[in-house]
Amino acid sequence: MALISDGRFIEDAWRRLADEEALPKTGKFIVSLPRLEHAVEVLGPTATFGVIVPNTTEPSALIAALPRLDLISITFPAFADGRGFSLARLLRRAEFKGELRASGRLVADQYPHAIGCGFDTIEIPDDLADRQDEEQWRAALSAYSMSYQRGYAGRGSILEARRKAVRS
Amino acid sequence: MTAVDLRVAQRPNAPMTTYRYDEYDAAFVSERVAEFREQVNRRLSGALTEEEFRPFRLMNGLYLQLHAYMLRVAIPYGTLTARQMRRLADIADKWDKGYGHFTTRQNLQYNWPKLVDTPDILESLADVEMHAIQTSGNCIRNVTADHFAGVAPDEIEDPRPTAEFLRQWSSLHSEFSFLPRKFKIAVTGAEHDRAAILVHDIGLRIVKNDEGEIGYQVVVGGGLGRSPFIGKVVGEFVPREDLLAFLEAILRVYNRFGRRDNKYKARVKILVHEKGIDEIRAAVEAEFAAMDRTVFAHDAEEFERIAAFFAPPPYDSLPATSALLRAAKLETPAFANFVDVNVGAHKIPGYAIVTVSLKPIGAVPGDASSDQMRVLADASERFGFGELRVSHEQNIILPHVKQDDLFALWRMLDAAGLATANAGLVSDIISCPGLDYCSLATARSIPIAQAISKRFSDMSRQRRIGKLGVKISGCINACGHHHVGAIGILGLEKKGQESYQITLGGDPTFSASIGEILGPGVTAEQVPDVVEHLVDYYLAEREEGEAFIDTWRRIGHARFKDVLRREGEDGADI
Repeated sequence: MALISDGRFIEDAWRRLADEEALPKTGKFIVSLPRLEHAVEVLGPTATFGVIVPNTTEPSALIAALPRLDLISITFPAFADGRGFSLARLLRRAEFKGELRASGRLVADQYPHAIGCGFDTIEIPDDLADRQDEEQWRAALSAYSMSYQRGYAGRGSILEARRKAVRS
Repeated sequence: MTAVDLRVAQRPNAPMTTYRYDEYDAAFVSERVAEFREQVNRRLSGALTEEEFRPFRLMNGLYLQLHAYMLRVAIPYGTLTARQMRRLADIADKWDKGYGHFTTRQNLQYNWPKLVDTPDILESLADVEMHAIQTSGNCIRNVTADHFAGVAPDEIEDPRPTAEFLRQWSSLHSEFSFLPRKFKIAVTGAEHDRAAILVHDIGLRIVKNDEGEIGYQVVVGGGLGRSPFIGKVVGEFVPREDLLAFLEAILRVYNRFGRRDNKYKARVKILVHEKGIDEIRAAVEAEFAAMDRTVFAHDAEEFERIAAFFAPPPYDSLPATSALLRAAKLETPAFANFVDVNVGAHKIPGYAIVTVSLKPIGAVPGDASSDQMRVLADASERFGFGELRVSHEQNIILPHVKQDDLFALWRMLDAAGLATANAGLVSDIISCPGLDYCSLATARSIPIAQAISKRFSDMSRQRRIGKLGVKISGCINACGHHHVGAIGILGLEKKGQESYQITLGGDPTFSASIGEILGPGVTAEQVPDVVEHLVDYYLAEREEGEAFIDTWRRIGHARFKDVLRREGEDGADI
C-alpha cells in the first residue's frame, strides 16, 4: 500500500492489526470496527490507536470512541462509491480532530474531493500508485484554486472571496 | 477588478440579460479544461484505465457512443447569447459535421467529435463562458428551467437566478460528485409548468407564502426511465436563505442511503419509493436540523448578486397590440398560421415570445445546422436583444420580439427553413437519438418521428388537431420522455425485431401523469397508422376546447383501446 499526504507519498507510521493479533502495548495501530469497543475499554489513555470502518458506518457508532481515536480510516469499496465522502463530512461535523484516511482504489483526480470532505491522507494499493505517481497526486491538489462551496475544507470558497471583494 | 465592476460590463450589440462570468467563474472553467486535457493525456499514457477515466470524461460531457464519441454541452437554464450560439455553430463546423442536436435537457450534443479534440472544443466553449461540466455522470446535472423564464405572463419570479445559483453550488461538489446515480434538478417560477419539474430528481417551484415571501416548494423523487415516478413534496415552503442547506440535506441522505447494488434502482426516485416520502422527509429534516447553517448565512447576498445579471432588456413602451402585425397576418396566411401557433403572449405590452421549431416536416427533431444556428443568432440580435433560449421540447425560443417585427423575423426564418408553424402540434415531436446514434438504444426513434411527421404533413390538419405531445424514446431509459407524452412511443427489441409500445395520457406539467399502455407492441411501419387512428378517434369524440389529453381523461383509456382493437379487426392490420 502507498500513503499520500499533502501531495507526497510518505511512510505509513500506522500498522493495521489483524483481528487475531493481540493489542500491542506501544506504537500506532489500527483496529477493525468490531474490536473498537474492546480496545477503548482495555487500552490506557496514552495509547495511540485508530479504527478502520466501512463507508456504511453510522457516525453514531463511533461517537463514544471519538475522543480516544487518533485515526479513522474509511474504506472505499469502489473508487466511484462516494458514501465515504459524506461519512467523512459527518465525522468532522462530530468534531473528530484526528487523522481521517480514505482507503481504497481512489484515483488522483478525487484528491480535491477527499480533502474537501475532511480527509487528510489517502491509502491506495501499490499497483495504482505505480500508474498514478506522486506528481499526479500533487497536480490534482493544485488543479483548482478555489471551489464554489462554502464550509468544505481545502481550497478557498469563491463565494467568500466575492463577498470580501464587494466589501473592500 | 471586483465582481461589482463586471455588472456594468456590456456585451457588444446586446444588453446584459443573463449571467456573465466573473474572474472566479472564468478561472474555474479554464482550470476544468486544463484538468480534462491532462486527464485525456493520462488516459492515453495508461496512467488512467478506461474504467477510471470514465466518470471524469462523463462529468465533462463526453460519452462513448455507437459510432463515435459524443460531446454534450450544457446550456444552463436554456439561456444563450447570440455570441454563444455562433460559437456553437463554429464548433460544429470545425470539429463536427456541421450540425448539433438540441436535447430534452437544455443541452447541445455533437455526435462526431474526436477524443483528442475535445479539450480544444472545451477551451473554445470556455472562451464564450460555456462548458460541458456535469452534463453526464453520477453527479448533479445541468440545472434546467422554464424556457419562457423572465418573459412569461404567468410568472411569480424568474427561475434563472435560482438555476444559476444552483449551477455554481453543484459544480465540482466535493461531496456529491460520486452519487449512486445521476441527479437532475429543474426550476420553474410560473403558474404553468414548462420545465417538467415533477419528473426530475428534484423539482423546485418558486412560490409565495401568505406573508408575500418568496420560497420554494421542493419536490423529490420524480423521474422517467424504466420506473417512472411523479415527484413528491419533501418541503412545502423552503425559504430562499435555506435552499442550499435544504438541498445539501437531501443530497447527503441520497448519497448515503441511495442504492448502489443495482444501477437500475439507484436513482433517488427508488429510494423515495422504497422508504416512503414520510421517512425521507424525516431523514432530510433531521439532517437539515443537524447541519451547521452558519456557512449558509450569506447565501442571500450571493443570490442577489446573481439575480442582478438577469435584468430585463430595455423594452420600448408599446401599445398592447400591433396594427402592423394585424395587417401582415391578413395579407399573408402562412405568416398568420405561424403567429397563431408559434408565437406566445409576453408580459410586456407590444412584445411576443417566438418559438422557432426545430421540427420541420420529416426532419430530425432537435437538429440544427451551423448555418441555421447563425441565422438564429442574427435574428436574436436584430429582433430580440441578442438572447435565445433552448426548450426541453428541443426548440429555440426568441424571448423578446416586438410584435411589429414579427413579420420581418418570420421572413428571415422562413428563408432559412426555420419557420415551421408546428410548435406544440402533433409534428412537434420530442425524440431521443435512438439506435441511429445511441449505444443504449434498442430501437430507432428518429425515423419513427420522421414518419409520423410526414403522415401529418398537412399543416391545416395539424392545426385542427391542436396541441398534442408526441414523445418517442428508443429504449426504456426514456430520454425521449415517452412516459409523459399524451401519445408516448417506446421502441423495444423483441426477438431481433423492433417493437413499439404505445402509451396514452402522459402529462409533464403540474397535472403530471404517466402514460398507460395501449396494447401489444406494433412494428415501426404501423406506428404512424396507430397514431393516426388515435388522432381520428379523438377528433370524432372531442368536445369544444378539449385537447387530446382532456378527451382521453374524460372518456377513459378503455375506449381508446377498444377503437384500436376494432380498427385491427377491420383489416387495418394493427
